Amino acid sequence: MTDQQTLADTAAADLPEGPDLLYSEHEEDLRAAVRSLLADRGGPAGVLAELESGRTHDTALWRSLATDIGAAGLLVPEKLGGQGAGAREAAVVLEELGRAVAPVPYLTSAVLAVTALLGCDTGAAEPAGLLAALAGGERVGVLALPLTAAPGGPLEPTVRAGADGALLGTVTSVADAAAADVLLVPVRAADGIELYAVDAGAAGLHIEALTPLDLTRGLARITFDGAAGRRLAGADRAGAAVRKALLTGAGLLASEQLGVAEWCLTEIVAYTKQRNQFGRAVGSFQALKHRMAELWLEVVSARAAARNAADALATESPDAPVAVAVAQAYCAPVAVRAAQECLQLHGGIGMTWEHPLHVFLKRAKADEIALGAPGHHRAALAELVDLTAP
Amino acid sequence: MSITAEELRRRTAELLAAHPPAGTDRMDFLRARFDAGLAWVHFPEGLGGLDAPRALQAVVDAELAAAGAPDNDPRRIGIGLGMAAPTILRFGTEEQKQRFLKPLWTGEEVWCQLFSEPGAGSDLAALATRAVRDDGGTSRSSEAESGGHWVVNGQKVWTSGAHKSRWAILIARTDPEAPKHRGITYFVCDMTDPGVDVRPLRQITGEAEFNEVFLSDVRIPDAHRLGEVGEGWKVAQTTLMNERVAIGGARIPREGGMIGVAAADWRERPELRTHDLHQRLLRLWVDAEVARLTGERLRQQLTKGHPGPEGSGMKLAFARLAQEISGWEVEFLGEDGLTYDDWTLRRPEGVDFTGREAGYRYLRAKGNSIEGGTSEVLLNIVAERVLGLPSEPRTDKDVAWKDLPR
Repeated sequence: MTDQQTLADTAAADLPEGPDLLYSEHEEDLRAAVRSLLADRGGPAGVLAELESGRTHDTALWRSLATDIGAAGLLVPEKLGGQGAGAREAAVVLEELGRAVAPVPYLTSAVLAVTALLGCDTGAAEPAGLLAALAGGERVGVLALPLTAAPGGPLEPTVRAGADGALLGTVTSVADAAAADVLLVPVRAADGIELYAVDAGAAGLHIEALTPLDLTRGLARITFDGAAGRRLAGADRAGAAVRKALLTGAGLLASEQLGVAEWCLTEIVAYTKQRNQFGRAVGSFQALKHRMAELWLEVVSARAAARNAADALATESPDAPVAVAVAQAYCAPVAVRAAQECLQLHGGIGMTWEHPLHVFLKRAKADEIALGAPGHHRAALAELVDLTAP
Repeated sequence: MSITAEELRRRTAELLAAHPPAGTDRMDFLRARFDAGLAWVHFPEGLGGLDAPRALQAVVDAELAAAGAPDNDPRRIGIGLGMAAPTILRFGTEEQKQRFLKPLWTGEEVWCQLFSEPGAGSDLAALATRAVRDDGGTSRSSEAESGGHWVVNGQKVWTSGAHKSRWAILIARTDPEAPKHRGITYFVCDMTDPGVDVRPLRQITGEAEFNEVFLSDVRIPDAHRLGEVGEGWKVAQTTLMNERVAIGGARIPREGGMIGVAAADWRERPELRTHDLHQRLLRLWVDAEVARLTGERLRQQLTKGHPGPEGSGMKLAFARLAQEISGWEVEFLGEDGLTYDDWTLRRPEGVDFTGREAGYRYLRAKGNSIEGGTSEVLLNIVAERVLGLPSEPRTDKDVAWKDLPR
């Protein structure tokens, strides 16, 4: 009798089984644990207060998230010291971190660096040791590439290695570098790319913090002036490992963007319900309601795109590059628009430092550029789905 | 304990054995299928069903399709199946159910819907078609016993299939003194009544999918009233709830629908490509793919029994995409976009949004954000029912219909 049943009936169409776009019970449990932890730490207002202290990441929160909940090792198999989960679960964590604009190096360490290490020879002591340390949350690792580095783009590292393993070069705009215990450094070699590890305290390593647009994700310029590096992977593996890391990072960033957008939508709906002007709640004006309804539809759509990317990565689907490019091209602008609408519909209070929504706006705008701007992902799609440029 | 899939398979096999499709007249087979309760298994026994879970219909359909049995051509009788039948089932008398449901399902009697009016579109409850009770001077005693007749006058519009229909579901105003939602009554209208005048309504595409229907002193027996007098709005909610469904659409593959047409154009006509069109096509491709995934996610939720509110938004996204993509296509085609295939007034059997040529697709898509609820009304529905935002102050809720400005 209901429309739902009628629609469900159509699911029996003779198409191959598609990606699983829902959340499992286990994923919802994980979400609840992460959400509860973030709420205990004061939510967005707490993040705002923390920013006043000048710190760009919250080490106590990171410890709880990474070690107590075990979120840092979700992508790592149990035999390598992780939780043996996958991209679907990591995506759920990122949704919650986005919803709370949590200043923790999850995307950088638990996704990008971990995925790069998984692409190395995990039977060897050095990569395996690092992987276990990152998965357990004991150490923070950061891939030394600009945050703008994108999957499918050219990979041209600006660092090279001397014969003795001493690294030379500069990398700009590295996210969470100041939080890192170890840097994973893609290095240009004669026959491709190699990957080195450099400890944070190494001599000849200079990490110069920049003033970031996104206050919750530190940025730094790193100079290698003869810093000692240990080789993690040679040209046979390193390029693929780094590319896989960028693809996974970009795909899962969509879930963070979804979380950001969701917070903004929830916030603006709640605010316009209780804000009165002209003798009634401003949320009753059609001009505003329609904007929020449009935004809701975009958030709903972003969830489908983000889940599709997470599932494609989790199942190592050959469609993953398309799913990731679609998710990034779609979700990045949705997060930005959600934050911008949130600000505009708040009116004057939206322009104040006191209201936490600016933290979301800054995260959304920086995320839009991170791991390939939407235009990069659309250009990638043009090749992937045979809609080539003129 | 409701019936099992196994039992349904057994009964379907019995039906096929008794009425082998190869040697049976199509209509005889459909009637037999109805009588066997295999027409719509979730309907009650005796009315084409077996009180079975609706999901099990797929079991019957698959068995029958495999045996090469004829179907009831559901596309042709969509309004009867999707709108009239659920309403009759819920609000009809036993006699009405017995009279109408079987020929409705077999397709022997086609149904249409007389709801919208020139003065009542988004605000359907403002409708002005009048139904006046005619009890006086009854010469036929049977009429008096069954409550006499109603005399209906007015104009309905956007009626698809009216020229082929035997019956219509009709809502008309029976009490102009009551506030608009409370003075409406729901009827079954005989389309062969001499007072029913059906005229094609030509659209911007040149063709006429729909009709205008003029009702002049149409007589409807009270026995053809569905639900109580003055309760027509409530009855209509059942009908409309079932209409929104039809628009969800089936599972589609990547590049299904309008974007597939545009993508094929792009691949086949390299000489027409420009950078601007390329950028716009890629944006549309992403939006179409995400809309497809959103629909897919909705279906997965429904299958798991956790319906989400996403359905309300799917039609919005569909309309916008169809319009933008078809507009892109006309522009992409350049000189070919300047021509149109045929302006002849035609009466198509159905509608295919991706059919004919680019100019037709562009023009037909304009209706997507109007038919079945305008995008503006749908946004209000999302805002109020999904997001819980307060409604606009209403000035028409408690005012007698006759006193409303028109």
